[in-house]
Amino acid sequence: MPDPVKALVITGFGLNCERETTTALETSGVDVAMIHLNDLLRDAGQLMQYHIVAFIGGFSFGDHLGAGTVLANRVKAHMGSELNEFITSGRLVVGICNGFQTLTRLGLVPALGSCYFKQTVAMAPNDSGLFRNCWVTLKCNPASPCIFTRGIDMLPLPIRHGEGKFVSIDDKTLADLEEQNLVAVRYVDPATGDPATTFPHNPNGSVNAIAGICDPSGRIFGLMPHPEAYLSPYNHPHWTRQKINGVLPETGLGQQIFDNAVRFARDEFFDATD
Amino acid sequence: MFSTLGTLMHTRLEISTLSARRDVRGDNLCAQIRQVLGLSVDTIRCRNVFSIFADLDRRESKELVEAIANPVIERGIVGETDTVSFDWIIIVGFLPGVTDNVANTFRVAFRDVLGRPLAAEDRVHSSLEYLISNVEVTRRDVENVAFKLIANPLIHNIVILSRLDWKLDGLPLNNPVVADDAGTSVQTFDLNVPDDALVDLSNEHTWALSREEMLAIKDHFHRHGEAADRRAVGLGPNPTDVEVEMLAQTWSEHCKHKIFNAVIDYTDADGATETIDGCYGDFIKKSTAEIGESVGWLVSVFSDNAGVIAFNDDYHLVYKVETHNSPSALDPYGGAMTGIVGVNRDTLATGIGATLLVNVWGYCLASPFTDNADVPDGIMHPRRIRDGVHLGCIEGGNQSGIPYGLGWEYFDERFMGKPLVFCGTVGLLPTTVNNQPGQDKDIRPGDLIVMVGGRIGKDGIHGATFSSEELHQFSPVQAVQIGDPITQKKMSDFLHEARDRGLYRYIWDNGAGGLSGSIGEMAERSNGCKLDLARAPLKYTGLKPWEVLLSEAQERMSMAVPPDFIDAFTDLAEQREVEISVLGEFNDSGKFHVIYEDRTVAFLDLDFLHNGLPRLHLKAEWTAGTHPEPPPAADDADLGGLLLAMMARLNVCSGERKARQYDHEVKGLSIIKPYVGIGNDVPSDACVFTAVPRGREGVILAAGILPRYSDIDTYHMTGSVIDLAVRRTIAVGGRLGHIAGLDNFCWPDPVESEKTPDGPYKLAQLVRANKALYEYTRAYQVPCISGKDSMKNDSTRGGRKISIPPTLLFSTMARMADVTKAISLDVKRSGDLVYVLGVTRKELGGSEYYAMAGYTGMDVPTVEPVSACMLYDAVADATEAELCHSVHTPAIGGMAAGFSKMAIGGRLGLDVDLSRIPVDGRLSVHEILFSESNSRFIVTIAESRRQVFEEQMADLPHAQVGTVKHDPVLTFYYESALESEVAVADLREAYTGVLD
Repeated sequence: MPDPVKALVITGFGLNCERETTTALETSGVDVAMIHLNDLLRDAGQLMQYHIVAFIGGFSFGDHLGAGTVLANRVKAHMGSELNEFITSGRLVVGICNGFQTLTRLGLVPALGSCYFKQTVAMAPNDSGLFRNCWVTLKCNPASPCIFTRGIDMLPLPIRHGEGKFVSIDDKTLADLEEQNLVAVRYVDPATGDPATTFPHNPNGSVNAIAGICDPSGRIFGLMPHPEAYLSPYNHPHWTRQKINGVLPETGLGQQIFDNAVRFARDEFFDATD
Repeated sequence: MFSTLGTLMHTRLEISTLSARRDVRGDNLCAQIRQVLGLSVDTIRCRNVFSIFADLDRRESKELVEAIANPVIERGIVGETDTVSFDWIIIVGFLPGVTDNVANTFRVAFRDVLGRPLAAEDRVHSSLEYLISNVEVTRRDVENVAFKLIANPLIHNIVILSRLDWKLDGLPLNNPVVADDAGTSVQTFDLNVPDDALVDLSNEHTWALSREEMLAIKDHFHRHGEAADRRAVGLGPNPTDVEVEMLAQTWSEHCKHKIFNAVIDYTDADGATETIDGCYGDFIKKSTAEIGESVGWLVSVFSDNAGVIAFNDDYHLVYKVETHNSPSALDPYGGAMTGIVGVNRDTLATGIGATLLVNVWGYCLASPFTDNADVPDGIMHPRRIRDGVHLGCIEGGNQSGIPYGLGWEYFDERFMGKPLVFCGTVGLLPTTVNNQPGQDKDIRPGDLIVMVGGRIGKDGIHGATFSSEELHQFSPVQAVQIGDPITQKKMSDFLHEARDRGLYRYIWDNGAGGLSGSIGEMAERSNGCKLDLARAPLKYTGLKPWEVLLSEAQERMSMAVPPDFIDAFTDLAEQREVEISVLGEFNDSGKFHVIYEDRTVAFLDLDFLHNGLPRLHLKAEWTAGTHPEPPPAADDADLGGLLLAMMARLNVCSGERKARQYDHEVKGLSIIKPYVGIGNDVPSDACVFTAVPRGREGVILAAGILPRYSDIDTYHMTGSVIDLAVRRTIAVGGRLGHIAGLDNFCWPDPVESEKTPDGPYKLAQLVRANKALYEYTRAYQVPCISGKDSMKNDSTRGGRKISIPPTLLFSTMARMADVTKAISLDVKRSGDLVYVLGVTRKELGGSEYYAMAGYTGMDVPTVEPVSACMLYDAVADATEAELCHSVHTPAIGGMAAGFSKMAIGGRLGLDVDLSRIPVDGRLSVHEILFSESNSRFIVTIAESRRQVFEEQMADLPHAQVGTVKHDPVLTFYYESALESEVAVADLREAYTGVLD
C-alpha cells in the first residue's frame, strides 16, 4: 500500500535543491510532488493535499533584494491564507537554507506566542561577507519541541550560504526563543560539543550559535545547513577515513531529519492501526 | 523624494543596514582599502537605491520599500536619509544599456507587492551608495577607492561627491537612458576599392577580416551581386552591413578556427619538412576517429555544442570546456560570469537538451602580489583580475545551482596581458527522450525560428571578432557583457520541461555572435532560413538591424519549434515567466535571408557563408631553444627551508580560501570533494561525483596544465598534461578504458606578421603540441570529444607586448563503476607503509624548483605511455581490491610537494628514505625530490596488505620508501643520513598562508 503521507517540494525561480530534497523524502517512504511555484499559486488550494511542504535551498529570484525576500512576498500575496490554513491544521513545514531565509521573512519561525506572519528574526550577511561552503557540526537540542530533530544528537552537515547569520529583532525575542527551546540546532565545536562562538565552527557569526529554529508547535523548522546534501554516507568529506576506521554510517545522517518528519506525519495524520 | 522628469515621475527608495547592525559590505571595503591602498578609513556605510520612473503614490512607495527591506536588519525609506554623517559619497550605477539584474528583480517584486505590473515604458534602476567617513582622505584617494576597488568605468556610472558637493547640489538622478540615435537604417559597402582600402574598412568596423578574406567577399559580390534572386528581394550589387557583419562573425577565428584548419608547411629542427592538412583534422579528429574504432562509448563528438559519451542505460555524459579570456581582461567579474553561464548553455544545448551537473573552472593569472609599477597602463592589476574573475564565476555557478568539481589557478607573469579563464560544465543527457535518442535533433523546413530568453541590447557586439584579436587600446567596450544566472536558470528549467513534453525539435546555444552565430549554424540543417529582426525583443530602441543580429546579450537560446507546438511552447514559457519570440522560419532555400519588417537586409548564399572562407596557408619552423641549467645545489643547502619555500609557491600552495566560496555540494552528488584531508585544505587530484543522489556509478573529472614546459618543448608539455590528467584520474580510483579528453588550446598569435615576427616558431609550437596530442591520446585511448582554441592571447596595452606562454588545458571525464571505492590523497593511519610507484628521472626542466632559482633548463619531463599504462592498470587493480589507504600523484613541485600534501592532509608525519625511490640514473637528493617526472604515484597501505600489494606491483617499478608516523613531522633520509625534518604544522602554515 502506498504511503498515505504526501509531501510537496516547491520549485522554480532559482531554487535548486529540488532533486535531492525529493530523493530524501522519497527515501523516507512518501510520495513527493515537485511543483513549480507558479503552478502552485494558480491553484493554491492544492496545498492542503499535502502533509509536509519543503521550502528548499537555492537562490530564489537571485537573492537580489535580500535572501528570500521576493519569494516570501510572492507567497504571502498569492498563497498567504492557504499557508495559514496549512500550518494551523498542524501540518509540517521545513525550510532549508533559502527556505529558512524565506520562513523568517514570512514570520513562520519562530512565531513566538504562535503569532505567525510577523517577522522577528533574520538571516543577515555572514560576518565574513562571503559565501561559504563547508561542513559544520550541529548539536540538536533535546528539549526542543522540534519534531524534525527528535532523537538526533550531533549531526555533521554542509552549509552553503552568504546570508546565514542568525539575528533577532531584539534581546527579548532571543531570550524567549531560548527559554522556549525553539532553538533546535546549534553550531558546535566538534571536539567539545560546546556551542561554537567563533569561525570556522560557527561559520557565519550566528548569535548563540543558532543554526536552526522551530515554531512553538515544533512542526515548522528552518535551518541553514543542508540535511538533503548528506543522504549518502559517501557525501561526508571524511568518508574515506571513516571507512578505514570502521565508522562509516550505513546511510547519510541527513536522512534522519526527513525520516522524523515522515514518521511524525504518519502517526499524526493517519491512525497506525488503520 | 518625488520629482517629475519628462512625463515620468521619479521615486527614490533607499535601503540601508540598520545603524545598530554591522554593515558587512562597508566593513569589508574598509579592510580592502587598508590592505590594497594602504589608506585608513573610519567607517563606510552602504545603501541600496532604487530609482523608479513610474506613476507611484506615496502609500505604494512605502508599501514597496517596507516589503523589500528586511525589518530586522535593514531600514527602508522613500527618499533620502537626511541624518547621516559622511565626508564622501561614491555612487555606483550602471551605464545606459548595461544589464541591471537587481532592478529586473525589483520589477518582479513590484508586481507581487502592489498587485500590478510596471508598464513596459516605466523604468527602474539600481545603484549603490558608499558613505565614507574620514576627513583625512582626499578626492584622489576616494577616486582610487572607486576606480580600483569598487567600480569599472566600462560598465558603471561612477559619481563622487564630497559632503560640500552634496550640500550644494544634492544627489544626482540615476537615470541611465540609452540615447536613441542610430535608427534602423541599413548601409551598403562598395567593395570596388583598392585592397588597402578594404583592409582599412575591416579595421574600422572591427570585422577582423584579412585582406584575402575581404577579397573573397569582394569577388563573391562581383560575381553574384546582381543575381536575379538578389534583385528580386530588393538588394543591389553591394553587400549590406548586415551581410558583411554576418560574414565577419561567421568567418572569425573564434568561430571558424582558421589557424587550426590552416594548411601548414612545417619544418623540423633537422630541416625535414612536411605539409599538414590542418592540425584539427590531421591530429585531433584523426586520433578520435582511430580510437573510436576500438571503444564503444563515443556518442557525439565535435559536432554539437559539447561532446557526448555513454554512461549507463539511462544517461549519457556531456562535457564542454570554454575560455572567456578577452572579456575577462576588460571586466573580470562580468567576463568570468558570462564565461560560466555561457558554457552552461553549451552543455544545456547539446543533443535535445542536457541537464547540468557539475562545473569546472581554472584560471591562468599573473601573481596577485605583482608590484604596481610592473603593470602596464591600461591593464588591470592582477589582484583585481583574480578577485573579479573568482567572484564572477562564484556568483554565476552558485546562483545557477550547479556545484563545481574541479578548480585550479596557475600563475605566470605572462598572463598579465590577458588572463586565461577556463569554464566547463558536465551535463546529463537522457539516452532516450520521447522515444528518440537523446543526442539526436533535426530541423525541417517550416519549423519556426524561436528565440528564448533575455532581451537584446548592444551587449557584447563584436565579441566574436574582438576575441579574435589581440587586446589593444581601442578594444570595443561594448564587448563587455553582464550575466544574469537567474534568468538563465528560469530558462533552463523551462527548457527541460519543454524537452520532456517534446515541444521543440532543435536547440542551439545563442553565444558568440548572438543570432548570427546560432541561426547561421542552424540554417545549415534545413538549408535555409528567413529571419525577421524586427520581431526580436529589444531592451531599448535604436539598434540597427546588424546590431540585433550580432548582439551577444546573454541568457538566450535558439530553437526550432514545429508550428503545431508553438502554442503549447508559448503557454509554458508564459507560465514560467520566460520570454520567447518567433523570429521567422527555417526553409530549404539555400539562403540566409534576413528581413527587417518588410525589407530584405541580407540575402547570403549559405554555401558561401559557411564554405567561402579562403583557407589560411601558414609557415611553421621548429628550432629547439637553449635554456641554461642552474648550478647544482650546495651540499649544505637547507632542504627544510627549501621545502617550506616550495609549499608557499603560488603554483603549489593551497587555493582553498577562494575555492570555499564556490558551492561544490548542491545536488548532493559530491563523493571526492575538490579539497580533501582532515582540514579540507589540500586539493584533490581529481573529483568524483555521482550522477544522481545516493548513486553508485560515478564520474571522475581531472585536468592537467603546465604552460611553463612549453618554454622547452610543447611536444612534451602536451604529453605531460595528458599524462597528468590521466594519472590523476587513476589516483582517485579510476581506470583506463572509459576516459574522454577535452583540449583547450590558448596560444599567442602564431601567424607571422610585422607584430609577430616569431610567428613561424609559435606555429611550430602548435604543430608539435598537436603531434603529441595525436600520439598520447591514442596511447592512453583517451579520445578528445570536444575542444576549443583561443589563438590571440597577446596584449599591447601600455606600449608593452605581453604574450602568454603556449598553454594547453587537457581535461578528462571518466566513468567510475563504483564510487565507494574512491580514494583520497591524505594519509590515514600511522604505521601504514609508504610506496612510490613509477620511475623518477632527472627531469627538472620547466620545474617549479628551477623556476624558484630563476632557471628553465632543458630536461623537460617526457612520457613513456606503454610502461605508464601497465602501471595505471596495476594501480586500478589495487584500488579496486581496496588495498590502498591513500593515493596521490605528484606534479608541480615533484615528490617533495607530493609527500608534503599527503602529510598535511592527514596531519600525520612521514619517515621517507629517498634512496629507495626508484630512479633512472644517478640523481641527487634535490633531483629526486623536485624532479617532475610523469607517471608516478605515492601510495600508503596497511602493513597487513604488504604482500598482496607487492605481488600486484611485482613487474613494475615500485618501492616501499617509508612509513606514516603519528608524530606530525615530515622526515627525509638518504640511506641512514638525516636530510631534513620539518613539522607538518609548519608545512601547512606555509602551504595555506599565501593566497587569500
